[in-house]
Amino acid sequence: MTTNSGGLSLTQQRQRAAFWFIAPMLAALFFVAAWPLLRTIWFSFTDTTLSDLYGGEWIGFDNYLSIRVLESGRVIYRGTLADPAWWNAVWNTVRFAFVSVFFETILGLIVALVLNAEFKGRGLVRAAILIPWAIPTIVSAKMWAWMLNDQFGILNDIALNLGLISQKIAWTASTDTAMYAVLMVDIWKTTPFMALLILAGLQMVPRDIYEAAKIDGVNPVKVFFRITLPLIRPALAVAIIFRMLDALRIFDLVYVLTPNSAATKTMSVISRENMIDFDKFAYGAAQSTLLFAIIAVFVSLYIWLGKVDLSGEGQK
Amino acid sequence: MTAQKLLSTIGFYALVVVIVVFSVFPFYYAIITSFASGTELFKVNYLPKSLDWGNYAQVLGQPNFIRSVANSVFIATTTVTFALFLAVTASYALARVRFRGRGLLLMTILAVSMFPQIAVLAGLFELVRFLGIFNTPWAMIMSYVIFTLPFTVWVLTTFMRDLPMEIEEAAIVDGATPWIIISKVFLPLLWPALVTTGLLAFIGAWNEFLFALTFTSSETTRTVPVAIGLLSGASQQEIPWGPIMAASVIVTVPLIILVLIFQRKIVAGLTAGGVKG
Repeated sequence: MTTNSGGLSLTQQRQRAAFWFIAPMLAALFFVAAWPLLRTIWFSFTDTTLSDLYGGEWIGFDNYLSIRVLESGRVIYRGTLADPAWWNAVWNTVRFAFVSVFFETILGLIVALVLNAEFKGRGLVRAAILIPWAIPTIVSAKMWAWMLNDQFGILNDIALNLGLISQKIAWTASTDTAMYAVLMVDIWKTTPFMALLILAGLQMVPRDIYEAAKIDGVNPVKVFFRITLPLIRPALAVAIIFRMLDALRIFDLVYVLTPNSAATKTMSVISRENMIDFDKFAYGAAQSTLLFAIIAVFVSLYIWLGKVDLSGEGQK
Repeated sequence: MTAQKLLSTIGFYALVVVIVVFSVFPFYYAIITSFASGTELFKVNYLPKSLDWGNYAQVLGQPNFIRSVANSVFIATTTVTFALFLAVTASYALARVRFRGRGLLLMTILAVSMFPQIAVLAGLFELVRFLGIFNTPWAMIMSYVIFTLPFTVWVLTTFMRDLPMEIEEAAIVDGATPWIIISKVFLPLLWPALVTTGLLAFIGAWNEFLFALTFTSSETTRTVPVAIGLLSGASQQEIPWGPIMAASVIVTVPLIILVLIFQRKIVAGLTAGGVKG
């Protein structure tokens, strides 16, 4: 067998085949991911405009921060890092990410615990929670925009009837409530995903542990905090990091539900706005590079601190 | 004790009802709205009052809406086919062959699927312009590879890892090359996984918004999410809610049906990525 393959051992033969199997995928990923990313970073150091993509000149860090001292002694700061609109977007994104992931984790945990119990109609509940997940984000944004409509929206009607509010609220338009609206829709849409990931973790916990705890008469709350939570911690950690990364790059929901609202504008939204709508292509590229850097730092920290085994290699 | 037990059972089922109502109500309300006509739209109804197909007729009467559905179907199908084609061989190598740097490679692939799409937007925009595919379906097909390919590779790798070693060993003893092992031995076993992965990637491509919004400039080339996202009236007061809800229902019902049919497999596919360990 080794003779007809040019004297290579079986392992070498397999490794050579593996290389050719992986190469096309890597080439495709280089073409659509690595190269565009490098170009974006390069653009962020130039003054390229949308209408003239190849006419940009190298301007160093000016898109990020430039400090000029005028003759009068006045110091002028320019660039993204001195732009209040950018810091507003950073704050919006971070606030959105932490609040939404926090609630999605708690609610997802509750839904997962319910689905992990045995009861009649469990299949029906699981089917029901898949519906928000299956609905396209843009469609859910529109559906909720209608439910949150200030004059004809059903949510104002419900809240008025229950006496929760005294007058109708323009949820998506008002700066005080726009962020709540975005959070509401995101939590509704993504809790099912979180619940399914946590449920998979819960189902790995051997049933006999619960049996033993029951026989010993341990309080269910104590069982949850002492047994269940530590055992599903790895699954929970992975679920949280996936959601966090998704939340930090949020674009579509904000763009459609609360267009042009400074109260919800996130890093992705402001980058695209500068890049495409305001013809500040390179400036937008600098902002998206910053977002990339923030996410990269966040992921490294999380993996390093949490010792999370994302690749699944450790188990084999 | 029994009273307490009864109370906790009632509490549990109340929680179940709350979960179901919260999940289903927005879509239920979209359906009701889509069947409401004219002035009825501006009264809050909790139960269906009429069955008026006017909104549907209006949406389906717009050639551009039909066009965007066709665009979305074409783009999502082509992207997913391409991604699966590359992913099957790559995931075989990643799951079954030991080589140095495999863990790092897997992490890199995962990182690509998770990094913010806005970070490649400027570079992709240049590439799309350079290739002359701006405002054509190919711009989306190319850019969607960035999330469909890593996802399919990742999920198929976890599926392939679980296939028993003995099958492969038997094939190797019989002198099968890696390519024969994939196409003749593994592929027949992988069909369910391929369907699931393909469906999930299809949903991802169907729902994508950022690239589709940026790389199209005319109404005839839009995908469904962009068409719905940009549906608006002359002013804030004239937003055509009825037709928007009808369009939303039209594009969502097929997805929900697919998801419900494949629900067990989808749950397995979704969770295959992270929580195995």
